[in-house]
Parts: sequence; C-alpha cells; structure tokens
Amino acid sequence: MKAALSEASKVEIRRLMAQFPQRQSALLGALFVAQDEAGALYPEIIAEVAEVIDLPVSEVTSVASFYHLYRFSPEGRHLIQVCTNISCLLSGCDRVLRALKQRLDIEMGGTTPDGRFTLKTAECLAACETAPMMMVGPDRHGPLAPENLDEILARYG
Amino acid sequence: MAESFLLKYIQEPDHGEVDAYVGRGGYEGLRRALGMAPAQVIEEVETSGLRGRGGAGFGTGRKWKFVPTDPAVTKYLVVNADEGEPGTFKDRTLIEGDPHRLIEGIAIGSYAIGARQAFIYLRREFHQGRAILERAIAQAYAKGYLGRNIQGSGYDLDLVMATGAGAYIAGEETALLESLEGRRAMPRLKPPFYPAVKGLYMQPTALNNVETLCHVAWILAKGHQWYRDQGSPILYSISGHVRRPGVYELPLGTTIRKGIEAADGLHSGRTFKACFPGGSSSAILPANFLDTPMDYDLAKLDVYGSMLGSAALIVMDDTTCLVEVVARTVEFYREESCGKCTPCREGTVWISQVFDRILHGAGRLEDIELLDGIARGMTGTCFCPLGESVPPAIYSTLRFFRPEYEHHIKTGSCDVKALARA
Repeated sequence: MKAALSEASKVEIRRLMAQFPQRQSALLGALFVAQDEAGALYPEIIAEVAEVIDLPVSEVTSVASFYHLYRFSPEGRHLIQVCTNISCLLSGCDRVLRALKQRLDIEMGGTTPDGRFTLKTAECLAACETAPMMMVGPDRHGPLAPENLDEILARYG
Repeated sequence: MAESFLLKYIQEPDHGEVDAYVGRGGYEGLRRALGMAPAQVIEEVETSGLRGRGGAGFGTGRKWKFVPTDPAVTKYLVVNADEGEPGTFKDRTLIEGDPHRLIEGIAIGSYAIGARQAFIYLRREFHQGRAILERAIAQAYAKGYLGRNIQGSGYDLDLVMATGAGAYIAGEETALLESLEGRRAMPRLKPPFYPAVKGLYMQPTALNNVETLCHVAWILAKGHQWYRDQGSPILYSISGHVRRPGVYELPLGTTIRKGIEAADGLHSGRTFKACFPGGSSSAILPANFLDTPMDYDLAKLDVYGSMLGSAALIVMDDTTCLVEVVARTVEFYREESCGKCTPCREGTVWISQVFDRILHGAGRLEDIELLDGIARGMTGTCFCPLGESVPPAIYSTLRFFRPEYEHHIKTGSCDVKALARA
C-alpha cells in the first residue's frame, strides 16, 4: 500500500482538470489515476485527490462510493467480471460462474491467495453477441464454456 | 431492402484510420455541413425523419431546435456513449468499428447547434473503444476535422472524451450530466433541467446517442432524400436464444419474427417462448406478438411498457424460466437504483425479496397480487425512467405467463419443460 500520490499522478490529474470548463469534471478520471497507482482508494489517497482538485474530502468520498468500478481495498492483479445479465443468463453464465469459482477456489468477490485474480459479477457489458461473456482486466472474452476457461486464465500472469 | 450502410465498414481492417475513412468519402458530410448555415443543417436532419436511437426516439432535428441560437450563450454537445441497457451492444460496435463516423457526426451536430466544445461520455468498461477513439480523435485533430478553423471554415470545435465509472443510471441524460460534472450520477428534476435549456454546467446542451450521430454523418454526406430512400434503417441488437446473435441493420418496423430470422432463427428443436422487444425495460411479449413491428409505435400495443427502446431484441425459447428472468431483471434495477427516490429504491428491493422466496420454494399465492401491487406503486411515481423500467416485465409476465408463477409457488420448483408440454 502506498500512502501518497506520485507527482506524475498529480500532473495527470491536473491535465484532466484543464480539459474541462469546471475542474470537478476531472474527478471520475482522477479517481482512476489514483486507484491505478495506489491499488485502492484509501482515505489518505482520497484526501490527496481532494486537495489536488480543491474539493471537500466528503464530496470526493461520496462520489467514489457511488460507482461500481472504484474500490476501497486492494484486489487481485486481474479483475474478472462475469456478466450475469439476461442475455448471458440465457446463454449459461451460471455454469461459467460455477466453473470459475471452482477453478480459482474462491467465492464471489474474493481474491486468489496469490493475488492474481479477483472474481466479480457484472451487469450487462454490452457484448451480448458473445454471451456468456466476461472481462478480464480490459479484455472481453466470449462465448465462454467451462472447457475454455483454463486457456483464457493462463494468459494472465 | 436497401443496402446496409451503418455497418458497411465495421469489418474493414482499417476501420479506425482516417485516411481510409476519407478515401471512402468520409468527412464529406462535415464539409457539406460547414458550407451550410447551422439552421439548414438542423433542417436537413429534421427532414430526414431521424429519431434518437438512445431509446426515447425523439426527433433529432427537433431536439436541436430547442437549443437557443443566441451566439453569446455557451452551448455544448454531449455524446451519450454509456451504453448499458441489457441486451444492447450496437453503440459499442459502431465506436470500435467506425469511430470517425461518430466524430464526424459530433462535429456536424456541434456546428448545427453552435457548440464550440463537445464531450463524449464513454462507458468505462469500453477499454478497446476508448483506445480506438483516442487514436481517431488525435487523427481528426491532425487532419483538421477537429480543432481550430475546421477545413478552413472558421469554425472551431474542441472534443474531449470522459468516462463513467460503472453506473447504469449514468445513461439517463440528466444523471449523465451530473456524472460528467464529477458528481454522483443522480438524475435532475425535469423541468427545469431539460438539457437543451439547462444542461452541462447549466448551459444549453444537445445530448445525443452514438448511433444517432452516426446517422447524422450519413444524412449530411448523402442528403435527406437518399436517407429516407433507405427506409429508416436502425440497428437492432439481437441476442439470447438465437443462432447468430449480433447487431443487425434492418428497416425500422421490422417484425419480431423477421428480426429472429435475421439472426438465423432459434436453435434446432427449440420453439419461441417470449422476448423483450426493446431491452429489459420493455414488456415481455409471448408468441402471438411475433408479427408485431419493432417500431416506436410499439407503445400503441395493448401491453403496458411495450416499446422499441434501444432496439435490443432478447429472444427466449421454451427452455426459459420466465420467473427467473424477471427476478434477474428486477435484481439488475435494484443494484443500479441510485436511491434518490423512494418507489425505485424500496420497490426494487421489495420485489426482489418476493422473487427470492418464490424461487426458493417459499412463495405464497398472494405474492402474485403483491408483485402486481408493488409494480403499480412504482408506475408513474419514480423520479426517472430507471424505476419505471421495472413494472413492464412484471405486468406482462403476470398477464401472459401467470401459470408459471403459480407453478413455482404451488410446487416450490421450476419445471419449464413440463410447462412447455402442457
């Protein structure tokens, strides 16, 4: 865990601020910059973001807590998001989820002991043509079957 | 049927490259628009008959006319690229496959309403789309399709891309503006905050969907008459129990049956059971609606909540347990409710609890009336369309598939196959 934002991250946040007529518009992007560097939005990290953008800490905390993609404790190196919305449900996402939990030996929301993967469900990821699908980090994968999961997971170290 | 054009270049290996795009006549629509008065551009779009493809189906030209023309007032154009309506994936397809078309549409729309700055609010999960758009935007600046004095016209436009952070509600237009201003994505009260009058930073703002702006680029390039001759094409996202799920460009008003045929039909040996004709916010329709056209007038059907919405056709065959599907749909809205208004925040939780006990064999027959009652309590009472999206699936399944609920409650189990035979 790192308790301070690097100068490079602060510069990036200021660059985002300069793009908008009002500086608070940079907040969502700034929180990702901070999260990517620190691993999670720890209270001291949130305070730093608030200071750079010149916003109340309470406001930054409030915004961060609203959105699904911010985290307040660390996760694995690769986030697995398995879509469980209707089209994926119809295409058998339950079997995929069961198989993933078994392969990784973790529960939903859990992280593997080696810190490699965190497993979560997600709402529709707008790739229903490949249902059932998931994202691993920034990559989409689908259509999934329990048999092709090992090959996909092996690509992520 | 006219030749498809919206998807024509999606599969090209050079899709993101500006030179290839220009070589195929790209940015001709922008050139033509810049030679016209802004009001003429709006007229051209209005005459084309284009209606917004985000879900509401409001006339695009009419929407732009609501934006005040006073040159002293700062105006913005904002692109809603926060695609997340379950079953919808057409905007992502366009962003990844034809990014310059979107940029061209943005420049045309911004010019039409007199905006000097435009914003794309892109769904955060669209990592690939973001990389493609970033590159395309940089190319468009370099070639003078964005930035200062575009193509020597004297018109300046700055385009900024922002992302969400995971919130379905941010797709609602006023919630999107809140999010773009760096706040929690909670909807604003309408009126007074109609975006065209008081939008981003309380300035007049045109908010348009990705597909809508791609249509605009084609309309300006080829003219409204050509566009009308194409038969009002629309992108349908077709998914679920079909052999070839995907995005299909079909004439507006294609029937549900033809939509399923376009996606290569059902899997062999299966029969049609039901579908969402317009994403999970629409009613669930059974087989006797197969010849219903998927059009904006779907609402005229005698089924509450029937709508074209984002044109997401989700097909369900006879292996589907509709109680499970509706339960999952409600769970989605419960998860994504912003919590601002009581009917949505409490109603989605309460309905979910009822479905939970039905699905776990602890349902009671009076739960059927209870579901209907809670849905009624949410109808017309929610602050924004998110909560209002819950009742249609409940009303329609209680009307068309009530035996399925009763079977679950009476036997404590699901036997879709037995029901299909009955």
